[in-house]
Amino acid sequence: MKKLINSPETVVTEALEGVAAAHPSLSVDVENKVITRAGGPRPGKVGLVSGGGSGHEPLHGGFVGYGMLDAACPGEVFTSPVPDQMLLATQAVNGGAGVLHVVKNYTGDVLNFQMAAELASDEGIEVVPVVINDDVAVTDSLYTAGRRGTGATVFVEKIAGALAEEGADLAAVAAVAREVNERSRSFGVALTSCVVPAAGKPTFELGEAEAELGIGIHGEPGRTRAALTPARELAAYALDAIRADMPVGGDLLVMVNGMGGTPLIELYLMFNEVRKYLEAHGGHVARNLVGNYITSLEMQGFSVTVCRLTETLTRLWDAPVDTPALRWGR
Amino acid sequence: MDAEVFRAWIVSAAGVIEANRDHLTQLDAAIGDADHGINLARGFTAVLGALDAAAKPPATPGAILTVTGNTLISKVGGASGPLYGTAFRRAGKALGDAADVDLPALSAALDAALAGVQQLGAAREGDKTMVDALAPATRAFSKAIAEGASPDDALSVLAEAASAGAVATVSMQALKGRASYLGPRSVGHEDPGAVSTALILGALAGAAQAGR
Repeated sequence: MKKLINSPETVVTEALEGVAAAHPSLSVDVENKVITRAGGPRPGKVGLVSGGGSGHEPLHGGFVGYGMLDAACPGEVFTSPVPDQMLLATQAVNGGAGVLHVVKNYTGDVLNFQMAAELASDEGIEVVPVVINDDVAVTDSLYTAGRRGTGATVFVEKIAGALAEEGADLAAVAAVAREVNERSRSFGVALTSCVVPAAGKPTFELGEAEAELGIGIHGEPGRTRAALTPARELAAYALDAIRADMPVGGDLLVMVNGMGGTPLIELYLMFNEVRKYLEAHGGHVARNLVGNYITSLEMQGFSVTVCRLTETLTRLWDAPVDTPALRWGR
Repeated sequence: MDAEVFRAWIVSAAGVIEANRDHLTQLDAAIGDADHGINLARGFTAVLGALDAAAKPPATPGAILTVTGNTLISKVGGASGPLYGTAFRRAGKALGDAADVDLPALSAALDAALAGVQQLGAAREGDKTMVDALAPATRAFSKAIAEGASPDDALSVLAEAASAGAVATVSMQALKGRASYLGPRSVGHEDPGAVSTALILGALAGAAQAGR
């Protein structure tokens, strides 16, 4: 394992110290692992809290700021944060209008956020959870834990954050978050494994000429392992999977996301393939995001997330945002 | 069995989880996300700290298990934090303030732990989870007690049923948790949660047998 670390045990806290030093717009409680906007909650504004295992940066801490999240709780690498963290974050961002929990659908995240919501409601803070489950790689059935939450989380945090910034109430913010989730689908492909610092070796082995199709953001396997094909065919495989589940016509918001170890030149090449495919199937890429937004440590690969826009969603996507990882219009 | 026995159980469980840290993580790497041993070991290390650091050390079996559960929930994260934490909390609650716990009370506490885990995680037997070690173990334990087995024998039955339950997960297809995404590819691997549960119950049997 080659990593720029001091010791596997201190990766998360030392990185948080770096985040604190780099971003004065954030208030970072390193000991309790809670990132909030500096300056405290705005009275009357719905608070947005998200969280999940570390190793997916910039998700979630990089999305804390004006127009997006109010707080993020990073867990250990690839491990859900604990209820105490989530409760602290919820208390810290409660401006009296309630708090939205943006939860990716993993058993650990769901259970811990559920416990935190109970603790918060015991204190009289209204909490509504929205569970993100956009990954079409895994079957959504009684026989699995349901679809995983991946790229749509970025869209939900941006769009629901924009609506909360406008002063909408908790029910409306939760409704738009659910709407974005329902209108979004993702699919990921890995070319190499990631290495969890505490484990010290690759999570899975992948041959030199192989790709894992349908990879999850923790290196968990997806649909199948196959020979690595040209980018055009990988894009088609991913988008076929998405299109089998959701029509891709009309105005679309499309993210081509790097898994952490993919050069930007390859992501742009992949975005071009994705755009051509979608246009050939009646879609129009009205808005896009190309880069590393929800990563899996140093994994090479990409994921594509497609959201069917409405006028309102487009307006909220375009609204000003000012966070370490997304910034425009302000 | 008094508080000393329960403290010895937790210390022994922490030791056996630490000793099997890499093994549990390897099992998890095969069908999950390669962190089960790392997370549980981190949690039990925190539990030992909490038991020692408490200004007023927990004095009853129930209090010891409650501190254990609360600490696991606060320190582990993932799915195992809430699930193992809830198991210990429910068991602790079931024991109440009793200073001394007999086998039927211990059996009832383990039943409460199982109920808590199933309520939270919604897993049933056969789903390839920790329930596949915990459920047969509690069932065999209460049956042995009802049939008049000696305490030593009943505790051995508890530990053996848990281990057998863990081994039986090898042939199961996972229906809950991250392993469920593998579908049929999850068959052929032992479930890490069932294995760690069997280790913890084995530590209980050992501590109770030694402390009686």
